[in-house]
Amino acid sequence: MEKVFSHPKSLRNVSTHYCAGCGHGIAHRLIAEIVDELGIRERVIGVAPVGCAVIAYDYWDFDCSEAAHGRALAVATGIKRVRPQNIVFTYQGDGDLAAIGTNETIHAANRGENVTVIFINNAVYGMTGGQMAPTTLLGQKTTTTPLGREIKLHGYPLKISEMLALLPAVKYIERVSLHSPPEIIKAKEAIKLAFQNQIDNIGFSLVEILSPCPTYWDMPPKKALDWIKEVMMKEFPIGRIK
Amino acid sequence: MAKIIIDREKCKGCLLCVSFCPKGLISVDKDLNRRGVKPVKFSPRPVLRSPQGEGGSFSKGGCLGCAMCAIICPDCCIEVYK
Ligand code: SF4
Ligand code: SF4
Repeated sequence: MEKVFSHPKSLRNVSTHYCAGCGHGIAHRLIAEIVDELGIRERVIGVAPVGCAVIAYDYWDFDCSEAAHGRALAVATGIKRVRPQNIVFTYQGDGDLAAIGTNETIHAANRGENVTVIFINNAVYGMTGGQMAPTTLLGQKTTTTPLGREIKLHGYPLKISEMLALLPAVKYIERVSLHSPPEIIKAKEAIKLAFQNQIDNIGFSLVEILSPCPTYWDMPPKKALDWIKEVMMKEFPIGRIK
Repeated sequence: MAKIIIDREKCKGCLLCVSFCPKGLISVDKDLNRRGVKPVKFSPRPVLRSPQGEGGSFSKGGCLGCAMCAIICPDCCIEVYK
């Protein structure tokens, strides 16, 4: 009998602090598998965000840096410019990338930094207690929108990937989802392309991942996956954006 | 025939693997693990009568080695052998 699926080398065999059914674990594993497959474990440098994934560097078994909240792309810019031989990626949530870090995100994209961005969109602030995020859906209940997000009071869900796609220096943007094994396989292909683009010096590449947060969506894990497919993907359609 | 090995101490009991196994081979263990949750266990023969996830009904037979369970597991608890 042959082992056909096991733990990637670039992922430490430890228990994560994530809630049961949280999509971060799947996204971490996909990145680790890709780092192994591309043979870049000695060259890759990850930049961890502030948010639920703040200690992602404890889970990946390769070099990482931490960044102040929202500043991951500024830190990644610095690392990549000083060490262009390294493969630099940021791993950021919606609050990090699309709220406090909007400035850094837009300008790094506009400068066309040759880095890879993994953007986890779970439509909520997880670490701080389930508050509304820029990507929270209309009508979605969070701890700061107990009656649901309203256009008049809170504005529309922010489609930052579509906004970034307008910038000429941005080379690749795709939105993927983790709601089923086939979609996870497609998500992996997109992430791999975003890394390959950097290796080939193509330029700024971003993958937005629709990822479940069963805890702050107040749903069992399987229902959270169904919610992505039935509700979230209507607002955030998956597929190649640029 | 294929099989899977589940790391019962790492398992958080999210039950996603139970929902996606097309053969109904994964079910909840009766004993708690060290985390204090009931992990899942693998049986070479189907233990569930109707599917929890997508799709119609279970086809007969044992593990396919399809790795649906391992791909969906957020905690990388499952190894697949074929
Ligand atoms: S490999 Fe496929 S058939 Fe075997 S237990 Fe996992 S999901 Fe079920
Ligand atoms: S998907 Fe993983 S963590 Fe969830 S119940 Fe199955 S083995 Fe446990």
